Amino acid sequence: MSSDLPNAKGSTPATDPSQEVKFYNDPAKRALVFQVLLVLVIGAFIWFIVSNTLSNLEQRGITTGFSFLSQEAGFGIPLSLIEYSEASSYGRTFLVGLMNTVLVSFLGIVAATILGFILGIARLSDNWLIAKLSAVYIEIFRNIPLLLQIFFWYFAVLRALPSPRQSMEFFGTYLNIRGFYMPAPVTEAGFGLVWGALAIAIIASVLIKRWAHKRQDATGQIFPAGWVSLGLIIGLPLIAFVIAGAPLTFDHPELKGFNFQGGMTIIPELAALWLALTIYTAAFIAETVRGGILSVPHGQIEAASALGLPKTRTLRLIVIPQAMRVIIPPLTSQYLNLTKNSSLATAIGYPDLVSVFAGTTLNQTGQAIEVISMTMAVYLSLSILTSLFMNWYNKRMSLVER
Amino acid sequence: MKYELQPTLPPPANTIGAIGWARKHLFNGPLNSIATVLLAWLAFTILAPVVQWVLIDANWTGTARESCTDGGACWVFIGQRIDQFLYGFYPDSETWRLDLAFFLLLGLILWLAIPKLPAKGIAALITLVIYPVIAFFLLTGGSFGLEAVDTHQWGGLSLTLVLAVVGMVASLPIGVLLALGRQSDMPIVKSLSVVYIEIWRGVPLITVLFMASVMLPLFFPEGMTFDKLLRALIGITMFQSAYMAEVVRGGLQAIPKGQYEAADALGLGYWQKMILIILPQALKMMIPGIVNTFIALFKDTSLVLIIGLFDLLAIVQAATNDPKWIGYATEGYVFVAFVFWIFCFSMSRYSQHLEKRLHTGHGNRA
Repeated sequence: MSSDLPNAKGSTPATDPSQEVKFYNDPAKRALVFQVLLVLVIGAFIWFIVSNTLSNLEQRGITTGFSFLSQEAGFGIPLSLIEYSEASSYGRTFLVGLMNTVLVSFLGIVAATILGFILGIARLSDNWLIAKLSAVYIEIFRNIPLLLQIFFWYFAVLRALPSPRQSMEFFGTYLNIRGFYMPAPVTEAGFGLVWGALAIAIIASVLIKRWAHKRQDATGQIFPAGWVSLGLIIGLPLIAFVIAGAPLTFDHPELKGFNFQGGMTIIPELAALWLALTIYTAAFIAETVRGGILSVPHGQIEAASALGLPKTRTLRLIVIPQAMRVIIPPLTSQYLNLTKNSSLATAIGYPDLVSVFAGTTLNQTGQAIEVISMTMAVYLSLSILTSLFMNWYNKRMSLVER
Repeated sequence: MKYELQPTLPPPANTIGAIGWARKHLFNGPLNSIATVLLAWLAFTILAPVVQWVLIDANWTGTARESCTDGGACWVFIGQRIDQFLYGFYPDSETWRLDLAFFLLLGLILWLAIPKLPAKGIAALITLVIYPVIAFFLLTGGSFGLEAVDTHQWGGLSLTLVLAVVGMVASLPIGVLLALGRQSDMPIVKSLSVVYIEIWRGVPLITVLFMASVMLPLFFPEGMTFDKLLRALIGITMFQSAYMAEVVRGGLQAIPKGQYEAADALGLGYWQKMILIILPQALKMMIPGIVNTFIALFKDTSLVLIIGLFDLLAIVQAATNDPKWIGYATEGYVFVAFVFWIFCFSMSRYSQHLEKRLHTGHGNRA
């Protein structure tokens, strides 16, 4: 924002053309000098830090570099989406941690979005009780630190569950202090048919939607494409499932010795983190949704009813598309926040990226610089991707609007 | 025949008063009525046991866990440990210094927040420049006849407040500089500011704290040591200044372009323009944003427990593991939640109130 005009003192000689502007009063030259100085100072500071770090590392006998990634890790991780054992390398622990971060973030994003939209719409309800309860929820949970909420769910609630032998049981699932045990679906030969049917149903739905759109444009007749698609997506795979002879069995968890074996397990760390992230972020998403809906001018709704659109179609065709334009940018940043907040996992020992990599791996190898930079780089690239998406989205939306 | 106005009849009984209100807001339509009844029942089944546990069945007085006999919350635990929760391990005889620092700050904030009080500029100057110096000498001691208190003895709510307030006060000037840098015409200054802001905003605070606690000692020569608190403060300040810069940028962008042009037309230099014309207007608009980032920072200070500092949450967490009080974790967490909630909720209310007030004052704001 520095002006094109010279500064106050520099502007006086302009009345006298014989006198040149002094070089230190010329903004362009001043800017150049200032920037050169700034680069020098920052360069010197970085050199100071790098040289100190190198000599410090040398003194402690730590070799720099990423060769440690191929060394054997030698510690177990309780939850891993890919093959992992104590003999795996540190590089593999990085991957396991990353995938666990992605897992809890994905679960959290899905649940928080659903809960947040419900709460945000509920807060605008005509019904006083619904609106107030939603407001109370939002005001309570967004004003309590997330870490405290994680601790509450983990130490106060899930730690109070019974031991494996006294597990609570409902419909073949078991809940105890070690986690939540569910039957795991096991697909047998022929299940590919079901996947194929699902793919066909999805393609057919897209085609039907296009055809319905075209027909409506041409004739004005409305075809219930949504219901038909829903029927297809559920129905076709179901038919395929029956034709293939129900190629699905369940691996039930069973109590063996002191713990359950088999089935699927949700470890308490994951459950606590998921609950806390969902409940906390949903409060923020609800506020975003409310703001988005309120941002649609009332005239739009009146215009829609003047056109004779029924209430549900007003919502679907007029309010939601316009509200989403306002909602999506802050919503993406809430998703990003949730992903970054999932790093609090380390406080309760959920094996996410920060916990297994910036925690255990760092402690075992001492490669502080490499480990912390890799961890930060992961989050940084996520946030850069998000902001790229947001810029793209904003650009697209503003083109549509104006 | 008389054409006199008859007294107006009262509206139908079922449209006014409590019944009318309930019909309008709770039972307008069958679906809404069902929802109301269901939710009321649900709220009651959840809230009644909570109230029972927190208030009715709770034990308030006593000295040991034996006093907790009613089956409800055992607030005796909090009562017995309250000094530790507030002051950490600060020596008992010196806690008046923490109280004094707190009430000084409270007074200054009230001075700043109550619209009728005069001389806001002086108040802001005292809060941002003079108060930190006073608080530093008051809390650390070692001069003016005050006993020196090492930072590892700090803890509890007072440490939480120290982290939040220092993080805030230190990040404000850095944030202003970064925001100005981001708006600058100088390409190097601009790109350096953008890189700094985006890096810190892109990573979670916890990795910043890890970095501050593990990497910072490596960055400086052998003899130079930072204590744990200072390292956390450096990390928090670097992190917070990036967020602050974005708030300031928002404020700067809200100033109409005409103000910049008018300042240029008067022949003001860059710093004169910024300090005399732009920042005073922009800062006023930024206050709600600043309060909101402060709320976020205040909640985030609880993360320092991961690098081994005993803030309010950490000290309560530690106390729940004390064998004398084992099994009272919930009481501890509820207490911490309550304290944080009071602070955050009142600040967010204040910021909303301020937004409304500023909004009416600047009707033509885009």
